[in-house]
Amino acid sequence: MNTIENLSRRRFLQGSAGLTLGFCLPALAAPVAGPGKAGVGVVGPIHFEPNAFLRIGTDNTVTVLSKHLEMGQGTYTGLATILADELDADWNTVRVEGAPADAKRYNNLFWGPAQGTGGSTAMANSWEQMRRAGAAGRAMLVSAAAIKWNVPAAEITVRDGVVSHAQSKRRARFGELAVDAATLPVPTELKLKDPKDFRLIGKQAKRKDSADKTNGQARFTQDVQLPGMLVAVVAHPPRFGATVKSFDARRAKAVKGVVDVVQIPQGVAVLASDTWSAKKGRDALSVSWDESQAFTLGSEEIFARYRELAKTPGLVAHQSGDADQAFGKAARVVRASYDFPYLAHAAMEPMNCVIRLGSDGCEVWNGEQMQTGDQYALAGLFGLKPEQVTIHMLYAGGSFGRRASSHSDYVLEAAQIVKAINGRAPVKLVWMREDDMRAGYYRPLFHHALEAALDDKGRLTGWRHRLVGQSIVAGTAFEKNLVKDGIDQVSVEGAANLPYAIPNMKVDLHTPKDIPVPVLWWRSVGSSHTAYSTETFLDQVAGAMGKDPVALRLALLSGHPRHAGVLKLAAEKAGWGTLKAGKPGERRGRGVAVHESFNSYVAQVAEVTVAKDGSIKVDRIVCAVDCGIAINPDNVRAQVQGAIGFALSAALHGEITLKEGRVEQGNFDGYPPLRIHEMPVVEVHIVPSAAAPSGIGEPGVPPAAPAVANAIAAATGKHLTRMPFNPAELAA
Amino acid sequence: MIKLDVNGKQHQLDVAPDTPLLWALRDTLHLTGTKYGCGQALCGACTVQVDGAPTRSCVTPVSAVAGRKITTIEAVNTDRVGKAVQDAWRKLDVVQCGYCQSGQIMSAVSLLRQNRTPSNDDIDNAMSGNLCRCATYVRIRAAIHEAAKTLA
Repeated sequence: MNTIENLSRRRFLQGSAGLTLGFCLPALAAPVAGPGKAGVGVVGPIHFEPNAFLRIGTDNTVTVLSKHLEMGQGTYTGLATILADELDADWNTVRVEGAPADAKRYNNLFWGPAQGTGGSTAMANSWEQMRRAGAAGRAMLVSAAAIKWNVPAAEITVRDGVVSHAQSKRRARFGELAVDAATLPVPTELKLKDPKDFRLIGKQAKRKDSADKTNGQARFTQDVQLPGMLVAVVAHPPRFGATVKSFDARRAKAVKGVVDVVQIPQGVAVLASDTWSAKKGRDALSVSWDESQAFTLGSEEIFARYRELAKTPGLVAHQSGDADQAFGKAARVVRASYDFPYLAHAAMEPMNCVIRLGSDGCEVWNGEQMQTGDQYALAGLFGLKPEQVTIHMLYAGGSFGRRASSHSDYVLEAAQIVKAINGRAPVKLVWMREDDMRAGYYRPLFHHALEAALDDKGRLTGWRHRLVGQSIVAGTAFEKNLVKDGIDQVSVEGAANLPYAIPNMKVDLHTPKDIPVPVLWWRSVGSSHTAYSTETFLDQVAGAMGKDPVALRLALLSGHPRHAGVLKLAAEKAGWGTLKAGKPGERRGRGVAVHESFNSYVAQVAEVTVAKDGSIKVDRIVCAVDCGIAINPDNVRAQVQGAIGFALSAALHGEITLKEGRVEQGNFDGYPPLRIHEMPVVEVHIVPSAAAPSGIGEPGVPPAAPAVANAIAAATGKHLTRMPFNPAELAA
Repeated sequence: MIKLDVNGKQHQLDVAPDTPLLWALRDTLHLTGTKYGCGQALCGACTVQVDGAPTRSCVTPVSAVAGRKITTIEAVNTDRVGKAVQDAWRKLDVVQCGYCQSGQIMSAVSLLRQNRTPSNDDIDNAMSGNLCRCATYVRIRAAIHEAAKTLA
């Protein structure tokens, strides 16, 4: 079985010549941003880079090369939709292939000279690039037809993969023109479509990965089989910072199928001919750990430290007006503080990676989200040049930020095993669920303290917000762009840029540096906690002011029409103010939240029922989203539906806790994601827009938990300030 | 040697009898559509059918299913119910990352074989053992109703 060929997905061009476009695109002045924040306003260098996104085979197949990972967000389909529309391709002949790792051609235009996927940037940074790639292909096909038929190019039309000249009644499929088109110069001047002429963008383009993901044929890293490959399962230290003191491999080596046991910096790896043998071998290992440098605090002790820190001023992330003066003059002050736990990404496919070391480079098979960073990391370890690291980007079985490890953590672990056996066999590193859940790289634990000042007329005059939590980007390649004056921008996103017109505001931040728990972006990053604290606190303030939560928000959003637009739409579609009562003993409530992240605006209205014992049922969430042009509206709906489920997992259940430094959860029993019976009815309404597309993978997450919490407060009078929610607090 | 009947084909496997069916399917028979998610029957990604019943292959030793009729996602479309479910999944674009969907489909097929007109509650009961971290649950429900409609 030649799985390598399947994996590289190159079958389609075998034996057929065709058109491959490698052309220069005019520069895009790209704002530099990381996965946490799209477009923070820094203008990067101007690029004139060759790009290659399109191949047309003589068999009429249109292949779109995706520079971005497909990890569920519909990226492959979205990028292909943009290109195919400008190309006027037949959607049924379009297929998508993962692009190779090459930062020169395939960099994320929002990240400068680095290839990678994250921060809900895939569509936003590729929008013009993919349109131009499609338009260039179309222009070359038209030129080829004009020459072949000896007719003016201006008289030629293209539609659904067919090039036609009406007067001479000539027509040709793309494949018939591919060879001729390949000989022509790439046009430098391109005419892009008027949006009213879009035939795929904004319409329903079916997902390109549905067929293979419903018949078992989709290839994930977990599925890679290479000749002679060994599977590695690793014994990891029980605490962060612990190392191997010694180990006894005799029992492990006695397991049938186990071929080697090696020490690596990350632990002890057992290599076997198959996964089960490797796991049995790992479980049979006896390892003695050196925990002298290990981290031994528990979550509660970390929270206690953070609460102490929150009593002192931090570094100022935002200041407008004079907040301290407003509080000095306040007639009334509202206060609340919030605790957010560590959260695991818990993608359904635990982390894994396949690496084969050759004489002149190495090959990687991975659900690859950080090509350039991983190339450098592996090149450093193996003594190679980054371009000698070939990466096969496979589907990822979810990521939610986890595979965008700016430390290349699991990729380097696989590489260390390959190095330890001198590259004598390809290695598939497989993390068992417990390895994945206990490995760190969590959404950081945060503590927030908020205060609002009301003057003697009951007006909201001051807002102070203090955050305490670890930095995600400190010590990574993203630090240079994302840490400004000591403030990690992703720690305060959603808080420092609060849209509400409050005359006096101050947001400050403590970034503890003595907590070595690895942390990482987790779907919606800073907004995963800032939207919760700001939007639930605002409801407390609305209560104190005697104002309706929607009316108060609208009054404070006069300068932010896109926030106001989604808020009004969600409230209208939900029938704000007309909630049906529950059965006797049930308490029902409705709550709202609005939040911008990744340049997309989302409002949600949640309806909940709280039972006598405090158990929470989220009945329905009505959502309005403004993400600019919705490239594929059905996928926008799908992403918002999924984002709401992801957010509810955290709100209702999600918590990674440390006790004496050990992670207490290991599998889905201790860390239960939402199940189908807990999924509410979800309605998604998309605001029509002519603005350039912005993110949609993450922006549905932030408003869900605060909307639900506000609904719970409306039902019970209790404002929940700790996540996950504790039903015991709500018992009647 | 263990005899396995997988998707109508007979196999002789030289694996330890305690090997979970999941790893025999994936690593020995190279039927990789069935996924590992938790190893403890908590997530359902490994769901296959054994004599028609949804079964978590990650906790089922091969010795327990020797000679029984095993169906995996790779052969799900060989009967009418399986084909209807697969078609509904495609029509509604249920999948996102796709990793759990083999298990979801195998559980949905088993449900529809038992109950051709499942209610939302029936669906929740039958499908609550299958986790989807992308939370495609809204569409899973809709696709099961859609498949039921086409089978009616």
